[in-house]
Amino acid sequence: MINLAGRDILHSWGKFVLTGLGLGLLIGVTLTLAGVYRGMVDDAKVLLNNSGADLWVVQKDTQGPYAESSSIHDDVYRGILGLPGVARAANVTYLIMQVRKGNTDVRSMVVGFEPGQPGEPAYLVAGRRITRGHYEAVADVMTGFVVGDRIRIRRHDYTVVGLTRRMVSSGGDPMVFIPLKDAQEAQFLKDNDAIVNERARTAANPALNRPGVPGLLDAINASQTSNRSVNAVLVRVASGSAPETVAQEIRRWKHLEAFTRAQMADILIAKLIATAAKQISMFLVILAVVSAAIVAFIIYTMTIGKIREIAVLKLIGTRNRTIASMILQQALGLGLIGFAVGKIAATVWGPAFPKYVLLETADAARGFVIVMVVCVLASTLAIRAALKVDPATAIGG
Amino acid sequence: MKSRFTPPRQIWFAAFGIALVMALGWVAATSGPLAPIRVSVVQVARGEVSPALFGIGSVGAQRAYAIGPTVAGRVKRVLVDVGDTVKAGQLLAEMDPVDLDARVASADAAAARARSAVATAEAQVHDARSRQKLAASEARRYVGLGQEGFFSSSAVDGKLQQAESADAQIAAAESALASAREDAGRLDAERAGAKQQRLNVRLVAPTDGAVTSRDAEPGSTVVAGQAVIKMVDPASLWVTTRLDQGRSAGLRLGLPAQIVLRSNPRTTLAGKVVRIEPLSDSVTEERIVQVEFDRLPQGASIGEMAEVTLHLPAVSDVLLMPNAALRHRGGQTGVWLRANGRLRFVTVVAGEQGLDGNVRINEGLKGGDEVVVYSERDLEDDSRIEVVSALAGKAK
Repeated sequence: MINLAGRDILHSWGKFVLTGLGLGLLIGVTLTLAGVYRGMVDDAKVLLNNSGADLWVVQKDTQGPYAESSSIHDDVYRGILGLPGVARAANVTYLIMQVRKGNTDVRSMVVGFEPGQPGEPAYLVAGRRITRGHYEAVADVMTGFVVGDRIRIRRHDYTVVGLTRRMVSSGGDPMVFIPLKDAQEAQFLKDNDAIVNERARTAANPALNRPGVPGLLDAINASQTSNRSVNAVLVRVASGSAPETVAQEIRRWKHLEAFTRAQMADILIAKLIATAAKQISMFLVILAVVSAAIVAFIIYTMTIGKIREIAVLKLIGTRNRTIASMILQQALGLGLIGFAVGKIAATVWGPAFPKYVLLETADAARGFVIVMVVCVLASTLAIRAALKVDPATAIGG
Repeated sequence: MKSRFTPPRQIWFAAFGIALVMALGWVAATSGPLAPIRVSVVQVARGEVSPALFGIGSVGAQRAYAIGPTVAGRVKRVLVDVGDTVKAGQLLAEMDPVDLDARVASADAAAARARSAVATAEAQVHDARSRQKLAASEARRYVGLGQEGFFSSSAVDGKLQQAESADAQIAAAESALASAREDAGRLDAERAGAKQQRLNVRLVAPTDGAVTSRDAEPGSTVVAGQAVIKMVDPASLWVTTRLDQGRSAGLRLGLPAQIVLRSNPRTTLAGKVVRIEPLSDSVTEERIVQVEFDRLPQGASIGEMAEVTLHLPAVSDVLLMPNAALRHRGGQTGVWLRANGRLRFVTVVAGEQGLDGNVRINEGLKGGDEVVVYSERDLEDDSRIEVVSALAGKAK
C-alpha cells in the first residue's frame, strides 16, 4: 500500500518545508518567551544559591536585603556566631549602581563580601580571587569587563582581578564583588562636593560648632563620614541543625528578622518578581493560544487547498480512514518539523538576549506535547471538512 | 511522471530531514542537561610564593604639636602662617596679657617699697644700738657711783632697767629688719612670678618644624588648651596603616613596605614597619601599624591616602595553585581533583597566599595533580566536564 501522506508531501515538499519553517519560528518565539520567564525565575534562584547561605539575617520588620532595604550594624554577626547551630556568619552589602569604566557605565549590583565567607562568588571563569583587602573586584562576565580593567565605584578605582558567571541580582543585573569595607564606604560616602557641603552645613550650625568646645566639630564631621552598617548577615547553619530553629532563635533574642532559604525564595519569586513574571506569563499564554490557532488554521487551509484532490481520491473509492490518516500524518509531520525548527531557533537566539533565557528540557517536552495535541485537534477539523466533501466536486459538479 | 521526479525530491526532503535531526542533536548536546560543563584545569606545581599584606593608611606626623595658651584668653597677634618653617624658640603667637603688665609694675613697686622698708628697719636697729650703748654706759656709771653711795639704789635700778629695755629694743629692731627682708624676698618672688606669667602669653615653637594650621586669629578668644598654632616635625612623617585583622598574619617590626601615595600612583616608595600598635581597632577589626619612609618624599601632604604593601619573606619550593581553584562545599574547603577523567572533591589545607593569587597547599594534594581552576557552573560529583584552555575574558 502506498503512503498517501508521504506522496502528497513529496509532491509539494518545498511548500511543506516552508510552512514547517514558518510554524517553527512561531513555536521558537513561544519557547523563547517561556525561556524568558524561566530565566527570570532562575535569576532570583541563583541569587540565593550563589550567596551560599542557609539564613538571611536582616533588619527587624523588613524583608531585606533584596526585596526591601535593610540596615543592621556590622558587629551583629558576632552575636549571631555565638548562637548554637550557627557554623558561619558573614556581613554582606548590596548596592545597585552604575559602575563606571572609562566613559561608559554598566548597571550592576555591587556586593560587599568577606573573603572565604558566605556571599563570596562560588566559582570563577577567569582571573583570580581577591588577595588584597581593598580596591580589587571580581565581576560577572555579563558586565563586559575583562581581567585587568580599571573600574570606578564612587570615589575609588578598582582593578578587576577575576571574572565569574551567572552571578546576577534578582533583576538580572550582573554583580561586581568588592571587599566589604570598600562596599560599606561606597554605599555611604558621597562625592567630594557633597562632603564639603555637608561639612559647611555642620560648621554653620551653632549647636554643633560651639566656640567653647574645641574639637566638637571635628568629632561630628568624623562621625558623619563613617559607616558601620551592612544590609544583611548571611548565616550558614551547622550540619545537624535545622535552619528554622536557628532562625527562630535569632528572631526571638536578637531583635532581627531571619529568613530561611525557602522563605527567601518565596519573597523573591512570589513578591519581588511577581508582577513582572505575571506579565510575561500572561503574554506567554496568549502567544501559546495564538500559536495554536495559527497552527490549526495552517493545517486546515492546507487541507482545504487540496480539497479537489481529496474529492478525486473519494471518487476512485479511497476509504475515509486512509484519507483521515493522510491528513493526520501530514499535520503531525508539520508539527514535528515546526517543533524541531522552533527548538533550534530558540537555542540559537536565546543567548543573544540581554537577560538570561533558560530553556528547560521539561518546557521543551511540554511544548512538544502541546504542539502535537494542537496538530491532532487541528487535523480533526480538516478531516471533518475532507470527509464531508462531495466526490462530485472532483469532476466540477 | 512520478518515477521521473520522485528521486530528486526524496533526496532533497531526506537531506532537509537529516539536517534538521543533526541540528536538533547539536542543540541537545550543547545546551540543556546533557551538555558538559566547560572547565579549565591546572597542574599543582612546586614554586615560590611571596606572601604580602595589603593595607591602606594615611600620611601623618609622628610628632605633631598643638600650641595654645594655658589659660583662657584673647589672641593678641599671630606671627606665622600655614606652611612657614619655624625654629625652636621662635615666637609664633602672643596672647593678650590684659592686666599682666600692670601686675608686674605693681609687683615692682611693692618690691621697691619693701626695699625701703628694709632700709628703715636697718636704721631703727642702728638707732636702738646707739641707745643701748648709752644706756649701758650710764648703767655702769650709776652702778659704780651707787656702790660708793652717791645714788640711791632706786636710781641705780632705774638705769639698769633702762639698759635692759635698750637691749630688748635692739632685738625688736633686728626682728623688724628680718621681717622687712623676708617681705622684700616675697615681693621679689611675686614680681618674678608676674614676669613669668607675662612671658607665658608668648607662644613659642618647641622645636624646629613646619606650621600646619593656624586655628585662631588676633582678637579671637580661646580656652585653655585650645590650639592657636599647630605644627609638625616634617622629618617625622610616617604612614598610619590599617590592615585587616584577618589578613595580618606574619606582621612584625622591620618588614619592608611599598608605599604608593594617592597623589602619585605610579611611583612606589620604600619604607618599613617601625611600630605595631598594641591596640587594634575592635570596631573595624583592623590592626594599626606605622610605616616609616626610607626617604621622605617631596611634597607629601599630611592626611594623604596611601596604599601600603608589606612583603613577608618568600617561601620557596612549596606546592602552589591558583586561589580560584579553592571551593567551599558544605563546611569544607577543597578543590575539584581531576583523575582518570573523573572529578573528585578533595579537602585541602591552604597556607600562605601571594598577591598574584597563588596559594600554598599544605595538605591534600601532591605535585602534578590536576585541579579544576575555572568552571562555567558549580560542579557536582557526577558533573560531565569538557576541558578547555580558557573560558572567558582573557587578561589584557
